[in-house]
Amino acid sequence: MSDSNITMVAPPEGVVGEGFFATKLNDVVGLARANSLWPLPFATSCCGIEFMATMASHYDLARFGMERVSFSPRQADMLLVMGTISKKMGPILRQVYEQMAEPRWVIAVGACASSGGVFDTYSVLQGIDKVIPVDVYVPGCPPRPEQIVDGVMQLQELVKNESVRRRSSPEYQELLASYNIK
Amino acid sequence: MALETTQIQDKLVETFGESVFHFNQEKDLFSLEVAADKITAVILFLKNDPTLRFHFLTDLCGVHYPDNVVERQFAVVYHLHNWYENKRIKIKAFLNGEKPEIKSVSNIFLCSNWMERETYDFYGINFIGHPQLKRILNMDEMISHPMRKEFPMEDGGRTDKDDRFFGRTPQKDNK
Repeated sequence: MSDSNITMVAPPEGVVGEGFFATKLNDVVGLARANSLWPLPFATSCCGIEFMATMASHYDLARFGMERVSFSPRQADMLLVMGTISKKMGPILRQVYEQMAEPRWVIAVGACASSGGVFDTYSVLQGIDKVIPVDVYVPGCPPRPEQIVDGVMQLQELVKNESVRRRSSPEYQELLASYNIK
Repeated sequence: MALETTQIQDKLVETFGESVFHFNQEKDLFSLEVAADKITAVILFLKNDPTLRFHFLTDLCGVHYPDNVVERQFAVVYHLHNWYENKRIKIKAFLNGEKPEIKSVSNIFLCSNWMERETYDFYGINFIGHPQLKRILNMDEMISHPMRKEFPMEDGGRTDKDDRFFGRTPQKDNK
């Protein structure tokens, strides 16, 4: 196995000694979470096509430990919303988000999901952050796969540095309450 | 023998008299106007008459004319097609702007069920006798009818647009 070229994530900062390694729980949990984010693609238009390219072998999102695309929200950690979300679809997107288990993260991919894009009109939701909290916004119309990968890497940074207690903090409860999510 | 427009016109005038008017050849489409209360009778006649045979409803939609007099502020447009002669016809019925309502043709042409719902959704035109007149494309919570001209084009919830880049606010510092 010594000639294998599999690269491993570097261990977090800590104290190494004879037969032990001491570090913070936060860092270990963050490392584990960040490198096994299961994505849930919510693709409605062209950004979804770019995401398909991102998942495929050339850009290979599996490098980040996320080759297991979850089409059930219950096993997913990272919701990727790609494409125009109409106001009629808003409640459905919200329901999908509510079905995800904590901890959960959201990436708004592309102009439409981030702000409504060119569709400044009565039928289109003007950004998914009107109905669910968003962690990372990826600009572009549609963004290139590199940009989506960059968005995912930005999210990984967030996940690595997130406190294990964040999801039960009053600030987080307040955030969810502001979206009327229980 | 091709179906002549004069033939259509004569038959309609003979049967409905004053209720059909404004016959007009618009490019290659023969058009006419019908008094709104006679619409079902006219459509049924055009469909069942053995020479006219307009047995296919291509389209049904609404139009809003806010600048017209109040009796003619809405129109419902029917496009019929005779497949045997490959002849098309357009029928317009004008409606009152305060209370736009017209009889449904959904029992004559089943396909109009969808189109009348859509027209109701976007223009608020009430189709009397429609089996299920409720919104079809827009979200159910919507109160307004978005294709009416008074409806604003842009969404009020938009926050990232800077009016200066759309030439809408005078730039004070720029002399």
